[in-house]
Amino acid sequence: MLLAEYKSKELLAQYGLTVPPGQRARSGAEAEAACAGLGAKKFVVKAQIAAGGRGLAGGIKFAATPSSVHDEAEKMLGSTLVTEQTAASGETVNMVYVEAAQDLEAQHYIAFALDPETGAPLMITSAEGGVAFEEKARMDSDVVHTQVLSGADVASQMSDALASIGIEDSSVTEQMVAALTAFRETDMTLLEINPFARTKSGDWIVIDAKIALDPAAVFRHPEFESLLAEQGLSDAESEAQKSNINFVALDGSLGVIVNGAGLGLATNDMIVDAEGQPANFMDIRTTATSFDIARGVELLLQDTSVKAILLNVHGGGMTVCDTVAEGVAFAYNRSSRKLPCVARLAGVNASWGLQILKDRKVPVEDFADMKDAVARAVELTGGA
Amino acid sequence: MMSILINSDTKVIVQGMTGRAGTFYADQGMRYGGNYVGGVRPGRGGTTHLGLPVFHDVRTAKTETGASASLIVVPAPSAADAMIEAIEAELDVVVCITERVPQHDMARVKQALNGSKTVLIGPNSQGILTPGQCKIGVMPTKDATPGGVGIASRSASLTSEILANCSAAGLGQSTTVGIGGDALHGIGFVECLELFKDDPDTTSVVLIGEIGGREEEKAAAYLANTEYGKPVIALVAGRHAPQGRRMGHAGTLSAIGGLSAEEKIARLRSAGARIALTPPGVITEVLAATGGA
Repeated sequence: MLLAEYKSKELLAQYGLTVPPGQRARSGAEAEAACAGLGAKKFVVKAQIAAGGRGLAGGIKFAATPSSVHDEAEKMLGSTLVTEQTAASGETVNMVYVEAAQDLEAQHYIAFALDPETGAPLMITSAEGGVAFEEKARMDSDVVHTQVLSGADVASQMSDALASIGIEDSSVTEQMVAALTAFRETDMTLLEINPFARTKSGDWIVIDAKIALDPAAVFRHPEFESLLAEQGLSDAESEAQKSNINFVALDGSLGVIVNGAGLGLATNDMIVDAEGQPANFMDIRTTATSFDIARGVELLLQDTSVKAILLNVHGGGMTVCDTVAEGVAFAYNRSSRKLPCVARLAGVNASWGLQILKDRKVPVEDFADMKDAVARAVELTGGA
Repeated sequence: MMSILINSDTKVIVQGMTGRAGTFYADQGMRYGGNYVGGVRPGRGGTTHLGLPVFHDVRTAKTETGASASLIVVPAPSAADAMIEAIEAELDVVVCITERVPQHDMARVKQALNGSKTVLIGPNSQGILTPGQCKIGVMPTKDATPGGVGIASRSASLTSEILANCSAAGLGQSTTVGIGGDALHGIGFVECLELFKDDPDTTSVVLIGEIGGREEEKAAAYLANTEYGKPVIALVAGRHAPQGRRMGHAGTLSAIGGLSAEEKIARLRSAGARIALTPPGVITEVLAATGGA
């Protein structure tokens, strides 16, 4: 659950980190009006989408005057940004953030995550911050340092980690101790500050920040619900989230219904191997009911780019085949689009599930072998 | 006794046994023939459930029943405390099936495991199964048969699939371990490989991996430096998963995010593992490696 940049900065500022003055805007006029309150000589306009890689995609623009801030905001708002972290169809920009632009002298990369081995926080640092990090440092372990923060004297471990990237300034350590507190108290799974920079006037400041909150911790953070509502999920994805299924929209023509993330990934692999194109990745959670599953199937039947549906289910201890078949049949009966359905059902209650599909007149072709089912489904979409 | 970690003698307690899911999976485990000896539910000590005694805490349950293993079926907000309680009571094997345990809670659990002899399986795991002897978890058992294939997996659905295909091909299983799907978890592939290596009746090992995390990389490093002596067959699902979508934050840093499926496969292959590209391919590779044994 990724926070937009402005939300990330608001959160960090509450914990005492230094961020540039800024204001969000939903129109060119709002963006222009925001400039007056920033006390700056020049400005930067930043698209607020919940995905990285904005800079290279034109989502960050500098502007010398409030009227050019107006123009840049107008151009950005309503446009679609395609970055390496969005779907090929991109994300629409509904909000921009206008900030006082800073003159930077040095840019660093600093991030916090949990060490999967020990459970202790990891501090990840690099002297190559900003776009340089995105372009090369992240893949090059020689310029990225990792420090496990454990025991009582975390501040001196941080000082060491900062010294290794050339920062020897106790005020920075203080900011990072505050950042670690924020990381822990708000259940972050990632806090990435890039760049953390020194301005020409000598201040250390957060120029950009990316925060991932742990959706599993929502039970102790009621405020996550409203944050989640502001995130950039597609309509299909947020609909599916409500229905106990994980749904990621892709760009192909074969709708895929699978129980379990691992089987879902493997099915996706086999479809692409057979030169088909999945329309989605779907993983039915173990807590999903037939009605939840029906909602996911309806999303596929409504999608006009979907030409056929592949049902690949291994009934297990928690999701059995007849539950999935009930959901599929329910969605088909309510929809006028009777797409061909290729089914491979195995495991618990497989033959019962198939019987349900046939009895309810789902146009189903069934296969015992997964490979044969995938090949037929790809054929039906006009693939290979 | 063909197995790792659990067998027909293992005495099992269930933390959260009196709840709906706890009742269901304790009952299933008992019907499968596992030696379930009691349950834990704070505030319900002294009662009985499913014909078994219920205790107020894990330590008492262990003392009274001699249990060495636990199945944790409690809601996510209290799952970490349940795991820590079982670790502090020094049980040998603790299985947590709970999904959506917060990462920072697991950070506390990992610290409790530091220096402990307890083997934690999970959370977000289907559990552990020694066919014909003992089931601690939520997996289906109708297609399981005793035999020589050891399975360690990150995916419940793929384990069910591959286990059924193994049995259909005449390949029984020694033990299947679901290491769980979360970033911070207990036992990993390397520990499973070590246990299967020392189990005389495990004749081959199947690793079911996927993108995300570093389990496959660590398994490859272990195999490259070990005279393993048994065939290892590996599947890494997610070769064609779109990169960077939603989970992109975890994938951008090799220090925390793990490598691509291709890179994981390349490392496992050069460490001597046989690679299956699809679930059906796993069976082909096991048969080729073992001659059907």
